[in-house]
Amino acid sequence: MNIPSNLQYSKSHEWIKEDGGLVEIGLTDHAQDQLGDLVFVNLPQVGDPVTAGEVFADVESVKAVSDVYSPVTGTVAQVNEALLDAPETINESPYEAWLIRVEAVTGREDLMDAAAYEAHVEKELEEADA
Amino acid sequence: MGSYIPTTDREREEMLASIGVSSIDDLFSQIPEEVKIHGGCGLPAGRSEMEVRTLLETLAGKNKVYPSVFRGAGAYRHYIPEIVRSVVSKEEFVTAYTPYQAEISQGVLQSIFEYQTMICRLTGMDASNASLYDGASAAAEGVAMCRDRKRTQVLVSGAAHPDTIRTIQTYCFGNGMECVVVPVKDGETDLEFVRAHAGGSTACLYLQHPNFYGILEDAQALGDAVHQAGGKFLMGVNPISLGILKTPAEYGADIAVGEGQPLGMPLSFGGPYLGFMACVSSLTRKLPGRIVGETVDNRGQRGYVLTLQAREQHIRREKASSNVCSNQALCAMTAAVYLAAMGPDGLRQAALQCASKASYLQKGLAEAGFPLVYAKPFFHEFVTRTPVPALEVEAFLGREGILSGYPLGEREMLWCCTEANTKEEMDRLLQLVKGGVQR
Amino acid sequence: MKLIFERGQEGRRLDLLPPCDVPEVALEEKDRRQKPLDLPQVTESELSRHYTQLMQHTFGVNDGFYPLGSCTMKYNPKINEYAASLPGFAQVHPLQPRETVEGCLEVLALAEKYLCAVTGMDRMTFQPAAGAHGEFTGLLLIKQYHTLRGDEKRNEILVPDSAHGTNPASAAMAGFQVVNIPSSPDGCVDLEALRQAVGDDTAGLMLTNPNTVGLFDKNILEITRIVHQAGGLNYYDGANLNAVVGIVRPGDMGFDVVHLNLHKTFSTPHGGGGPGSGPVGCKDFLAPYLPGPVVDPETLDLVQPAHSIGKVRSFYGNFLVVVKALAYLLTLGEEGIPQVARYAVLHANYMKSRLEDLYPMPYPDRCMHEFVMSLEKLKKETGVSALDVAKGLLDNGIHPPTMYFPLIVHEALMVEPTETECKEVMDQAIEVFRRLHQLAYDDPQALHSAPAATPVGRLDEVQAARKPVLQYGG
Repeated sequence: MNIPSNLQYSKSHEWIKEDGGLVEIGLTDHAQDQLGDLVFVNLPQVGDPVTAGEVFADVESVKAVSDVYSPVTGTVAQVNEALLDAPETINESPYEAWLIRVEAVTGREDLMDAAAYEAHVEKELEEADA
Repeated sequence: MGSYIPTTDREREEMLASIGVSSIDDLFSQIPEEVKIHGGCGLPAGRSEMEVRTLLETLAGKNKVYPSVFRGAGAYRHYIPEIVRSVVSKEEFVTAYTPYQAEISQGVLQSIFEYQTMICRLTGMDASNASLYDGASAAAEGVAMCRDRKRTQVLVSGAAHPDTIRTIQTYCFGNGMECVVVPVKDGETDLEFVRAHAGGSTACLYLQHPNFYGILEDAQALGDAVHQAGGKFLMGVNPISLGILKTPAEYGADIAVGEGQPLGMPLSFGGPYLGFMACVSSLTRKLPGRIVGETVDNRGQRGYVLTLQAREQHIRREKASSNVCSNQALCAMTAAVYLAAMGPDGLRQAALQCASKASYLQKGLAEAGFPLVYAKPFFHEFVTRTPVPALEVEAFLGREGILSGYPLGEREMLWCCTEANTKEEMDRLLQLVKGGVQR
Repeated sequence: MKLIFERGQEGRRLDLLPPCDVPEVALEEKDRRQKPLDLPQVTESELSRHYTQLMQHTFGVNDGFYPLGSCTMKYNPKINEYAASLPGFAQVHPLQPRETVEGCLEVLALAEKYLCAVTGMDRMTFQPAAGAHGEFTGLLLIKQYHTLRGDEKRNEILVPDSAHGTNPASAAMAGFQVVNIPSSPDGCVDLEALRQAVGDDTAGLMLTNPNTVGLFDKNILEITRIVHQAGGLNYYDGANLNAVVGIVRPGDMGFDVVHLNLHKTFSTPHGGGGPGSGPVGCKDFLAPYLPGPVVDPETLDLVQPAHSIGKVRSFYGNFLVVVKALAYLLTLGEEGIPQVARYAVLHANYMKSRLEDLYPMPYPDRCMHEFVMSLEKLKKETGVSALDVAKGLLDNGIHPPTMYFPLIVHEALMVEPTETECKEVMDQAIEVFRRLHQLAYDDPQALHSAPAATPVGRLDEVQAARKPVLQYGG
């Protein structure tokens, strides 16, 4: 399981990367692994508001659809439109396949570092097995 | 009586023994006694096949089948090639379920893929679904597709089929969209009204072309008007007319829907019919219902599957944009066989003959004292005044084995001709009304 | 297999229409089709062979055992098809004068009378073309009822978590909020959760009984009473009526509105996905809201209900499907109808009894007309999934059961044999199920790569959805 140390993570398996005033949001390697082959991504529009802990997008596999939650509150500045034609990028390189970039960030969830996230994932996997 | 149950008494006892109960009644012990039916439900006694046949033949015999039909108004009698009946009565097609198991359902899946292709070619649109219930519900589903957070109003042409308007209104009662019926001006959708009322909250305009009165609308200008306001242009079209008429794509429509019954389906007292729906590529993932797509199998062969399923109710549940989970597969196959049998020339011929015969009948009727109500170009339907009450015309011609035009008002009638009407029967009709409509 | 577009030659055609016998009209340029119409150019024999090939690659009830749970794939009698093909039904225009369609109106009136007798409802509409269409219609009746009483805050529909996906989707289309009610461990509605959920915003409850795990909810009277007491109405999803038809009526269980699937319980064919028919019945107090027109049972006139919700499609629905269902009702009659349920339930319990030693049944009680197996243990131990077993069945000439439904059971296979299958067919299927179970332990790879004997193997659904190709050459 690939969990880069330079990112922050949410409990619902999104990662964020801060770059200047922008916050980039994507899905973790663990998330894409659980979702399976993704076939489509429904993304918001530039200018839409996003709220920490609330849904801003969904990703589709052949037989399922899963919500993606925003770890931060702010406004959508950029949308990764390349994903619309190539959703498989999320499966192939989850930490490059950002979904949106958010500006004017005013709030955020409690986020984890890589080590804490790894522990969180392991705990979830154990619970699912039990 | 029959119940199609093959199990013998001996087999029943064997099964009960395997289950470990002594009677079938024991299997219903979960059901509280007080709700069970006691003393029957009040159905008649069962009948033999011979009796059922006689009874239903008697009922069918109470209906009149007209040798000559000059009525359309949403249901059209066209010539149905014999190959159509032959193909769609094949039992494999008739008795199959929705093709969930693609490996043993390539026949149905490929037939739907071919249907989708033909609907795209007919309408000029980019993507078709596997079909919907009928033209009216397809229009209502099309309206719902256009809705977004900011755009919740639909403009519906008042010159559309009354059943379609009522169906759109009913769906809007459900989903909360505001439905505004555009007034009819001299037989046509009021363009000025559309220009004045299409705005930032307009999701779409629904226009039927040719409209309920048979008239060719100014679809270009109406489409432009709603596009200018940022709304979508949804057209309801007659599929036969597309053999010669400009396509929805050529008018700039975003979604095309229509009643597919003219494509090889008998009149059937109103159903089963076929709703077709196609759209521009940017709306593909908003299409309701089933969609078949091409792919490959694990042996490298071409094959077909139900696809884009993540749009649908069994995955999205309450977040799905539509609850449709079936299609009119056998009717879609009917349409596909019909279109393949007719071919490009055949469909063009059928459309041209519809228009030509309607024009011939209209001229004859005008001479016989049935003047045209709207002096506008029409396809295969037109409205005339009637010199006597329309119901008297209907009764008079009915006695002669002719189903007249559809009475619209006290002295107005909506006539229809198709390629199935011969000059001989039109001349007979004209002769009859020229002789004076008898009570 | 070739597509129809890959057959034929330019210039080939069928000779169908005579030449035009009146002067041809010319359209104005602005009205004329611009792009030439590209349709197949084939002969009748090419077309006929093409569809014979497609037919050979199609599996219907007539081809073999089809135990597809919740779909009731019973035999489709021939007399039904004959009746629907009679010119006196098939060649009748929907807008003919009333006195020329009395036979059609009588068909609708009789079918309504018999189906009301079977469901315990008072009135019925045949407009809905399918079960989901019926759900939407029935929910609008509930909406209209509350709206006209000025009770507009009732905007919630309660749906059990075991429900078909159409239930919540229909509720959303009708403008309701969906409240999911959890099932208790026995698969039935959790009464406590239901009591917590109802209130003065409850518009109604949608329920299938027997439910989607194949059990009759014994608390049904309590469930419908709780909803009624809260001011809501009860909607019966007739998808599983085949289990109880002639034994118990939804109307006697406290339901106010019901949809039926004529293509399930009443033996009309599925046609590869349709046309079906989803009539909606209701108690008298909802009858004024039905879609119009309806047939007056006394006069046979087509009348518009006083506060009709409008129309849900054109004309009167899939009429010919109603003819077929009426032929079936006439054939079975009072004594035949309950036999349907009795044998459907017997057959399901028989198959269950012969499989439960190998396949764990999450709900071990006696089932109704269908039962759900969980292959979770098999998957853990061998890696063979419910999908793999389903594909293994294909190689044995059996249509697989419903897979991965209901959602509350993992690795689910839902089996519904129906009353029209004979014992030797079920016995053979039981043997196949048992053999595949053994094969999962002996040679799991064989099942992962199944089917082998079908015209195509497993299809790449990921590619189909990622890069949709929805038309030939498109």
